[in-house]
Amino acid sequence: MDLLQFTDKGIYCAQAGVYLDPWKPVEKAIISHGHSDHAYFGHKYYLSTSIAMPVIKHRLYLQDNIETLNYGEIININGVNFSFHPAGHIPGSAQIRVEFKGEVWVFSGDYKLQDDGISTPFEPVKCHTFITESTFGLPIYKWKPQQEVFTEINQWWLKNKAEGKASLIAGYTLGKSQRILKNVDPSIGKIFTHGAVDTINEVMRKQGIDLPEAPRITNEVSKDDLKGALIICPPSAVGSPWVRRFLPYSLGIASGWMRLRGTRRRRGADRGFVLSDHVDWDDLNTAIKETGAQRVYVTHGYSELFAQWLNEQGVEAHEVKTKYEGELGEMAETASTENEDGTKNDTTTTQP
Amino acid sequence: MKHFTKLFTDLDQTTKTLGKIKALVEYFEKASDQDKLWAIALLSHRRPKRTVNASYLAQWANELSGLPDWLFYESHHVVGDLAETITLMLPAEFEESNYSLTYWIDFIKALEPLEVHQKKEKILWAWSQLNETERFVFNKLITGSFRIGVSQQLMVKALAKYANVKENIIAHRLMGNWSPDINTFQDLLFADEGTDFSKPYPFYLAYALEDEISSLGDPEDWIAERKWDGIRGQVIVRNGQLFVWSRGEELVTDKYPEYHVMLSLLPEGTVLDGEILPFKDDKPLTFNHLQTRIGRKTISQKLLKDVPVSFITYDVLEWQGQDIRTCKFEDRRKLLEEICSKESTVLRLSPRVMFNTWEQLAEERARSRDFLSEGIMLKRKDSIYRNGRRRGDWWKWKIDPLTVDAVLIYAMRGNGRRANLYTDYTFAVWDGDQLVPFAKAYSGLTDEEIRQVDRWVKVNTVERFGPVRSVKPELVFEIAFEGINKSSRHKSGIALRFPRMARWRKDKLAKEANTLSDLNALLKITENT
Ligand SMILES: [Zn+2]
Ligand SMILES: [Zn+2]
Repeated sequence: MDLLQFTDKGIYCAQAGVYLDPWKPVEKAIISHGHSDHAYFGHKYYLSTSIAMPVIKHRLYLQDNIETLNYGEIININGVNFSFHPAGHIPGSAQIRVEFKGEVWVFSGDYKLQDDGISTPFEPVKCHTFITESTFGLPIYKWKPQQEVFTEINQWWLKNKAEGKASLIAGYTLGKSQRILKNVDPSIGKIFTHGAVDTINEVMRKQGIDLPEAPRITNEVSKDDLKGALIICPPSAVGSPWVRRFLPYSLGIASGWMRLRGTRRRRGADRGFVLSDHVDWDDLNTAIKETGAQRVYVTHGYSELFAQWLNEQGVEAHEVKTKYEGELGEMAETASTENEDGTKNDTTTTQP
Repeated sequence: MKHFTKLFTDLDQTTKTLGKIKALVEYFEKASDQDKLWAIALLSHRRPKRTVNASYLAQWANELSGLPDWLFYESHHVVGDLAETITLMLPAEFEESNYSLTYWIDFIKALEPLEVHQKKEKILWAWSQLNETERFVFNKLITGSFRIGVSQQLMVKALAKYANVKENIIAHRLMGNWSPDINTFQDLLFADEGTDFSKPYPFYLAYALEDEISSLGDPEDWIAERKWDGIRGQVIVRNGQLFVWSRGEELVTDKYPEYHVMLSLLPEGTVLDGEILPFKDDKPLTFNHLQTRIGRKTISQKLLKDVPVSFITYDVLEWQGQDIRTCKFEDRRKLLEEICSKESTVLRLSPRVMFNTWEQLAEERARSRDFLSEGIMLKRKDSIYRNGRRRGDWWKWKIDPLTVDAVLIYAMRGNGRRANLYTDYTFAVWDGDQLVPFAKAYSGLTDEEIRQVDRWVKVNTVERFGPVRSVKPELVFEIAFEGINKSSRHKSGIALRFPRMARWRKDKLAKEANTLSDLNALLKITENT
């Protein structure tokens, strides 16, 4: 029997009786990171990295049923060694290494190789079998160095400021928003955040992650303060009445999907910034090579196509169906898990 | 190319009219006259001729990327646009250069006589000289697919602002027979009137009426006509010559030889607005009939006899050489009735639909299909003839579409703006216990519904053929369409006009969908010939 199996509840290790990122309630779940397609409600016992824990605990209302490990630390469950390794996707995100009697599997979770300045940078892990995401697993997806993208964002902000406009930038609440906040040039002007973003920021600040000041938008914030400011909000806020108070504004969206002109136009953004927390085509291929894996399972994204490509490259690869919704990804987010005031609602979300 | 690429990017990056005008004016201020002229031509859909087959471009780009053909094909399917796919697949390296827009257009034109291997060498060189956005613009130019969100109206506004000339004068000058190969920028903007006799007026286009008909106020203020299902056109008699323009700004005089009699029916200096419509035995024919004439280069005697074409006129824009567009519609209509007083099978007056109350007009509208008409046109009696699509004075009040309930059987990944979702569907109706495909549709659902269908498709796939999946025949949709015709090219034997999804019938089971005989019955009702 394979060390890890793909079941209708999630990726399962029978020897240890443990699931990785399961989407149905289970006894024991090891969680790669806090995005809602990976960290679901209702498991009895959770294990995550110590950095990812506060957000997961906050989002899922966990009490004391979550335990943590630092990157590289090993836990042995019925003879199976589990450990977390940096995935570089968002703060605390991990690849999950599973070892039993010398056989090593790695589940990538979501990952990127670029250092984003806020997440612990990705580290390749040698393994026999690699389970990889493929959200952007087509050669049309290539990212520029992060510095170039932030130069674009800073220039856009400056230009808007000069024209007396606010700059509204939409990026996913957990991860992208903090990455933006951490990397824009705060000397340009004031930065504000949507309540949902601020709630996550507060959780992270409390755990010691250093983020620039960015007060949440409330009715007390004056119109004058907003002029020329940068406002970070979730994609779901775009098109809602909430954004009207920023008029006149320019709307930017930060996402890997912005690489395609069609998606950019569809979202009605003035600017699309190609900024992704997932690997691009080149990095995906590099990462797989570096694992030295003889066998690769491909999950969310262009899994079928990417598996075919790997097979042609002489790597045994299979497509796996999971509930990780990479293909719809960041752009499909219909509503934030959190309302503006930080309370949660139960609309289903699809997240990277 | 740097200025033009910046213009392209600026236009692409703003959805706001003022922003677009600003970008255009900035460009006009910086670019050379020849570049300006080309920019105007490109933005008003006058593209240079294609000189390289698009499939070669794809092949060469793919060779450079070093990837297998199928991966290029799949990527193309996700992106939707070939020029964009090529751009995204090409290796990032390039040498910074700054040749002008005109340089690249001439470069593209000069490829025409070359052998394929010479073309290849030239194209690879061009790619090596351009950065990613410049490559995209270049690829759009060379694949002849350069389209950008600038309406004629917007362009007119920007040029008027830049050159300080009145908008209506610019609008008129931009129409008609000009080309950057023959005319100069100075010609186009500052030449005297009257050098180009063929020049049509910009068409005034109506919006669809969405509110209650009573919102238009007093019926006394309006004139109603039937809305014809043909091609909008302008007939011009000037300088002893006849010119026929279609709304796509195409000179189509040669396609309708029967219009030649206009020269004896209409006096010098006349411009009529109306509909190019096939008409036989005093009855209009379907749009399907007209289509048999549109595509033809030469019109045979038989075709002329089978599908004779009339011009149903509903407005007069120029009379005795005078532009009368600012006269009241009511007065123009009176004049038009006089012009059309001579009986002719070619030039026909679009009859007024008389009514005193909106209820009466609604009854007339309900009879539209009897006239093979799409509904009612409403024009305010005191309205002037304006440029482009405007709200307020002209409305089209279309009849409700025909509908049928059908089963989803195939789904294909969308392209362009819906690149990552299964959005293009094929629908079938029952023929006995068989499902016969009869229509494709990809519009009408909300984004949320598209996502739901997409998810459903992914878990209910039966078979895959490239980007297409066949799915379990379970989902039922109400398909709305404007017309139905016989077709030998389709397995079902019928073809629909403008099919789209009106509703997702979650309340219906597949077996409750309509049948092929239901469709044939509709065919009988609507054919009417
Ligand atoms: Zn994910
Ligand atoms: Zn994620």
